[in-house]
Amino acid sequence: MSPLALKVNGRAHMVDVDPQCPLLYVLRDNLALNNPRFGCGLGQCGACTVLLDGRAVRSCRLPVSLAAGKEILTLEGLGSEGNPHPVQRAFIDEQAFQCGYCLNGWVLTAKVLLEKNPHPTDAEIRSAFAGLVCRCGSHVGIFNAVRRAAQSGKAGA
Amino acid sequence: MAFKATLSRREFVKGTSGLLVAFSLTDSGVLPRLLAATPTETVDSPSPDRLDSWLQINPDGSVRVFTGKVEIGMGVETALAQIVAEELDVRPVQITFVMGDTSRTVDQGGVGGSTSIMLGAQPLRNAAATARQLLTELASRRLGVSPDQLEVRDGVVAVKGQSTRSISYGELAGAIDTNDVLKATGQGFALNVKGTGQPKDVSSYSVVGKSLPRVDMSPKILGQWQYVTDVRVPGMLHGRVVRPADTGAQLVSVEESSAREIPGYVKTVVKGNFVGVVAETEWAAMRAARALKVVWTQPEPVFPEQQHLYEQMRSVTPKSSKETLSKGEAATALSAAAKKVAAAYDWPFQSHATMGPGCAVADVRLDEVTTVWSGAQKPHALRKGFAELLGVPEAKVRVIWVEDAGSYGRPGFEDTAADAVLLSQAAGRPVRVQWSRADMTAWGAKGPAVVYDMAAGLDVRGEVTAFQFTSRAFSGGDIMYLPASAGNYLGAQLTGVRNTTGVDEFAQWGEGTMAYRFPNIHADAHVLPAFFATASPLRTTHLRDPEGPATTFAGESFLDEVAAAAEVDPIEFRLRYLDDERLRAALTTAAKTYGWVSRPSPQKLGSRADTATGRGVAIALRGGTRVATIAEVEVNRRTGALRVKRLVCVHDCGLIINPEALGGTIEANLIQSLSRSLKEEVAFDRSRVTSIDWNTYPVARSSDVPDRVEIVLLNHPEIAPTGAGEPSTRPTAAAINNAIFDATGARVRQAPLTPARVLAALRSSGPA
Ligand code: FES
Ligand code: FES
Repeated sequence: MSPLALKVNGRAHMVDVDPQCPLLYVLRDNLALNNPRFGCGLGQCGACTVLLDGRAVRSCRLPVSLAAGKEILTLEGLGSEGNPHPVQRAFIDEQAFQCGYCLNGWVLTAKVLLEKNPHPTDAEIRSAFAGLVCRCGSHVGIFNAVRRAAQSGKAGA
Repeated sequence: MAFKATLSRREFVKGTSGLLVAFSLTDSGVLPRLLAATPTETVDSPSPDRLDSWLQINPDGSVRVFTGKVEIGMGVETALAQIVAEELDVRPVQITFVMGDTSRTVDQGGVGGSTSIMLGAQPLRNAAATARQLLTELASRRLGVSPDQLEVRDGVVAVKGQSTRSISYGELAGAIDTNDVLKATGQGFALNVKGTGQPKDVSSYSVVGKSLPRVDMSPKILGQWQYVTDVRVPGMLHGRVVRPADTGAQLVSVEESSAREIPGYVKTVVKGNFVGVVAETEWAAMRAARALKVVWTQPEPVFPEQQHLYEQMRSVTPKSSKETLSKGEAATALSAAAKKVAAAYDWPFQSHATMGPGCAVADVRLDEVTTVWSGAQKPHALRKGFAELLGVPEAKVRVIWVEDAGSYGRPGFEDTAADAVLLSQAAGRPVRVQWSRADMTAWGAKGPAVVYDMAAGLDVRGEVTAFQFTSRAFSGGDIMYLPASAGNYLGAQLTGVRNTTGVDEFAQWGEGTMAYRFPNIHADAHVLPAFFATASPLRTTHLRDPEGPATTFAGESFLDEVAAAAEVDPIEFRLRYLDDERLRAALTTAAKTYGWVSRPSPQKLGSRADTATGRGVAIALRGGTRVATIAEVEVNRRTGALRVKRLVCVHDCGLIINPEALGGTIEANLIQSLSRSLKEEVAFDRSRVTSIDWNTYPVARSSDVPDRVEIVLLNHPEIAPTGAGEPSTRPTAAAINNAIFDATGARVRQAPLTPARVLAALRSSGPA
């Protein structure tokens, strides 16, 4: 165990954890942040996605020590009820999911994609999402949400 | 919408009087929102004949609805809110739900068989209609006008034309006596109640039929939703389980010493062949489970080589058999036929492989009340099972359902919860168990493998004269869909409890699903004995529409073979033998939407290009719901690679409650069933299931999703709603398979439709 400084959703936290512990369990169990979710623990599905200095990473495989000193953003920190992020807005407008258990990966990956590429083609959308699983099969709604966010022109903001 | 999520998940009941509920909102910070005051005495489920068992009205006019139905990710909560709002004349946003808490909701059998709207909404509709009637009668006395001069809007009863002379539900509710207002009939899914209030006529509906946003969607996307994974209870430990190395292995020894060195490690729990660890943190539990040195016996292998599975299924003596349909003289007609077609089809074991592998928290208190938080679809049944597992009366167990990932049947969330119960009992503290990916994919109960043998006879004019069907399946009821007994659970089986509640479930071409009018039909079905009786990773249960996708794959693919033998267009051929008007309408609407051009399959190959495109159709009838699906597929004749380019699905489930939510459910269902059609097959060796993760149990990814997915909903307001959770799962595999045949002339007879199987079919169908 060792004390580590983490910056999550703009707030500083000190945690006393095994530095090898994956970031996922620290966020969930020490900081009670629900959104990165456990899907496989193997880096295969994306349910545990968070942004680390703006990049989408899989928190289930990332030792917490490697996240120290970086800006960590979880879905909770992306937008709020009164002020959803434009990507969240688009997913809400599309009613994109079924159970929604997978959605951290899709929403946060979509945000990163649209920042880099505000008007992706269908092929680019599919390839950005290649590593994600949605077991319910909500893909069609998800792709529509990305297109909608791209059209709104605000998603890259 | 967020109002709803916040309210229903944080409220603490203080007590009720009449229809009025007194409550206070308590936001105790992050931990533990879901820990509503656990009663310490008995915790019986409310009686269905009390009105306040179904709904209660808050002083501010908001309405709390209590139901034994639960949300499994398809939007049923929103649909039920619309139904209640319609009868009660309140706005849907005024309604909050308490779902699947066994001490606060009536046992409605939980969720299953696509019945939540078809059957589960009925008692709510009737209770709401009765509440409205009682409230308006009371208002009429208070306002001194007759009930027919009153109108209700947003929960306020007013004199027609004089909106100032009004009184709200919130003001009236406390004076309504809720005792014995309703009469209950039936049980489980079929439970209904009736009161004096008459539900509205469909023609006056204004909320039902509208595309309201799903109540859970916005909070989920904003990261505010709580799933069962997020339940945190004071003093809670984290548990992980360690499964036997081989199926049937017995525990020889457990060496704890390396686990003991892990900070936070609490203890190892051993009960028979059930092995688990508990620790102060999740990470410590995971490390301890890995560090534990567990030695198992090496039993004789119990499974056949996977490549011989289907042969083995055809040769083994069935456990039970039955004739499911017999009409005319099929055998005689077949031997007299001018042309005969015969084929064998195979469907693999499939895994629920839920997105979240299953999570539960159990707080076992043998001398008080045990509380279990679980996302399994049937909380009231779990309560019975856990009472048996613990050897306590049911009245000492409370199961609180909290949403988990989409569950698609009986995935293993039940087993996860039983693991938590066993570990909490041994640890004497609340325990949270999160299953690993391998626990779910490899050890969750499976959708059964099924093999089919069919034959058909045609006369000289190409008319079908005979049809024969035989299925041989592992039972979808081996692990009973109602998890109401201890032997139902994997963990309990490992402790030595036997599974005594399994039932034989047949893959039937029977009356219920038989849509074609052939003159002579014979259908029989066999259930095969399980390979291994206890704690087998290939034990079988319900997976979204139990045997439906398999039987429809076989039946509708074979029908296409018969149509091809008759050299008739596949849609035209089906229409010849279909009496059901709604199914005919679904099929012709699908043809029109797709732009189907009538011609027999396969297409005449004009070119020898590597890729060929074809279209295929399949239909299904399930529990009153009609579905017709058309797929367009591009096949690479050199490699067998295929891509589904387009899906058209026409869906008729009677009255539509919420078109957009229904469309979303069907759309996702099509992609999930496409995944099962193209990719999914549980792999196993002679002792273990070797599908343990998303690489070894691949599912559809973004690249597999068709370019176009079109849903057409046929609305029948005059017909009571039937199910929508499962029916559109059925035709997808056959529609795709028939499109492969149309494109190439090659017929695949085994699912999933992998490139290797397509290539093999291409080779055996001769030079293209
Ligand atoms: S949980 Fe991290 S990728 Fe699946
Ligand atoms: S919506 Fe259920 S897994 Fe994606």
